[in-house]
Amino acid sequence: MHPAFSVIFLTTLIGAGQGLFLALYTGQLYSVFNLVPGQDSHTFYGYGSLLALIFLAMGLLASFFHLGHPERAWRSAAMWRTSWLSREVIVLPSFMGMTFLYGLTHYLGFNPVLFTISDVFVVNLTLLLGFLATGLAFLLFLCTAMIYACVKFLQEWATPLTVLNYTLLGAASGFTLATVFASYAGIQLVSFYAGWAIILTSLAFISRIASLIRNSLIKPKSTMTSAIGIRHTKIQQKSRGFMAGSFNTREYFHNASAVLFRSIKWIFPILVFVLPIMILSSSTGTSSFALFALAFIIQYTGLLAERWFFFAQANHPQNLYYQTI
Amino acid sequence: MKQLALVIDLNVCVGCHACVTSCKEWNTSGTAGSMSDFNPYEEDPTGTFFNRVQTFEIGEYPNTETVHFPKSCLHCEEPPCVPVCPTGASYKRKEDGIVLVDYDKCIGCKYCSWACPYGARELDEEQKVMKKCTLCVDRIYDETLPEAERKPACVLACPTSARLFGDVKDPDSPVSETIRENGGYQLMPEWGTKPANHYLPRRKIKMTIHKDELTRVDNPLNKERQLPMPGDDEQTLDDIMSW
Ligand code: SF4
Ligand code: SF4
Repeated sequence: MHPAFSVIFLTTLIGAGQGLFLALYTGQLYSVFNLVPGQDSHTFYGYGSLLALIFLAMGLLASFFHLGHPERAWRSAAMWRTSWLSREVIVLPSFMGMTFLYGLTHYLGFNPVLFTISDVFVVNLTLLLGFLATGLAFLLFLCTAMIYACVKFLQEWATPLTVLNYTLLGAASGFTLATVFASYAGIQLVSFYAGWAIILTSLAFISRIASLIRNSLIKPKSTMTSAIGIRHTKIQQKSRGFMAGSFNTREYFHNASAVLFRSIKWIFPILVFVLPIMILSSSTGTSSFALFALAFIIQYTGLLAERWFFFAQANHPQNLYYQTI
Repeated sequence: MKQLALVIDLNVCVGCHACVTSCKEWNTSGTAGSMSDFNPYEEDPTGTFFNRVQTFEIGEYPNTETVHFPKSCLHCEEPPCVPVCPTGASYKRKEDGIVLVDYDKCIGCKYCSWACPYGARELDEEQKVMKKCTLCVDRIYDETLPEAERKPACVLACPTSARLFGDVKDPDSPVSETIRENGGYQLMPEWGTKPANHYLPRRKIKMTIHKDELTRVDNPLNKERQLPMPGDDEQTLDDIMSW
């Protein structure tokens, strides 16, 4: 498939935004159980949520560049019963709204106790809002990934690994971002987030490599024989019917050279996984903002390459009909 | 239930592209139009088409056969392009099974084109909406046209009658009959899309006749005897008359 930059930015930006929110809420949950020191609602959770919202909004903005008629985008919420894209269109703003409420209540310090569970566990407003937003964050990962995973004849995508990868990669970049944010805000959670970022990045590494291995073993279900229905082992296209370009020759081919394609396959795991893990683990204990920021920038750049590769690698069966001029 | 569709006879198609040009002509001026072209006379031209004719060579030289293969939307009975559409712009009509795009609803997200394994959908780069074969829905029901012309433009244009049009769900329709009797098949059956359009395979049109099939050796009742039998080198009436 042809990797569209709008979609590459959309999926990576909202992934980092979702991950950052999950990181904030994980921090809050840990502090509820007194495992980590509690943070200032106003500066940490308030501004942290704002940062997550900025990433989500940039992703949303990028998505509009993908549409031929952005002014009709509201229509795309209509078919949520059948379309994962439609579901994403609903869940993304809901998640943003919930994150906004979560951040706002933290920022204003408006946090009444709602109820207690078995007289020990105190549920206050931000905890509940965060819980709901967490659900939406995971739902959003599911929707985004299922847009690709549900197209069964794009065999490189049609696997549960796609969902796992989107979730883990988003979470990993979000926790790296949280590390940067924590070191900037000058709080004690830096090594807590760095630790989680290392764990999540390693998990994402395993699942992404698993999907690379799986994809290298794929045997295409559609063949020349099934495409034109002629039973013969030697079928050669002599003409695709036109010499000019068309939507079919642009949308489904990545058009990158084999060398570039193969090098990106090797470069993105280094950028997304190896380098960030090295930087994060070597700088735990310190709280060097610059180093963590570098780790995030490298990882995010790597994710752009990863997403490019994700699209480029998918081989659409329609390409069987467009093999020669 | 009704399912309109095309049946394309690969044994007859000569690859003349008449269906391609008549499709473009009709639809660019019809309700689906215009089908925009860019740089038509310059370098790197491109344009929107609903129908293409491709050419394949089967076998190895010198034992090859050339197959011309027209390809357009197959109006699948289980169209994977329809449920993925977030706006409902893509839909399949209940009354006749035609898969259509509502150009006023389409947001041009291209998701449906990803979800068609046949590459039958094209984004119109000028109107920024998804387009595809409509089976000439704007002419097959047009009662101002003579009944014989209420067919898709490509079917009318085909000089060899390689394209048949009809209801594949009606077992007595000519298209169903030819699908049944001439080995009609569907493209990429592995995805369960159940295309409504069918293709008819190449058929052997050579016939070998042996001598004993012309004259019966056993002629028990002497019914076919001609008296006197002409000799092999003698002229018969057939030789004189067959001009
Ligand atoms: S051929 Fe493609 S566009 Fe047409 S109905 Fe089937 S899946 Fe949809
Ligand atoms: S391009 Fe148009 S018809 Fe296709 S899925 Fe998007 S909105 Fe639906």
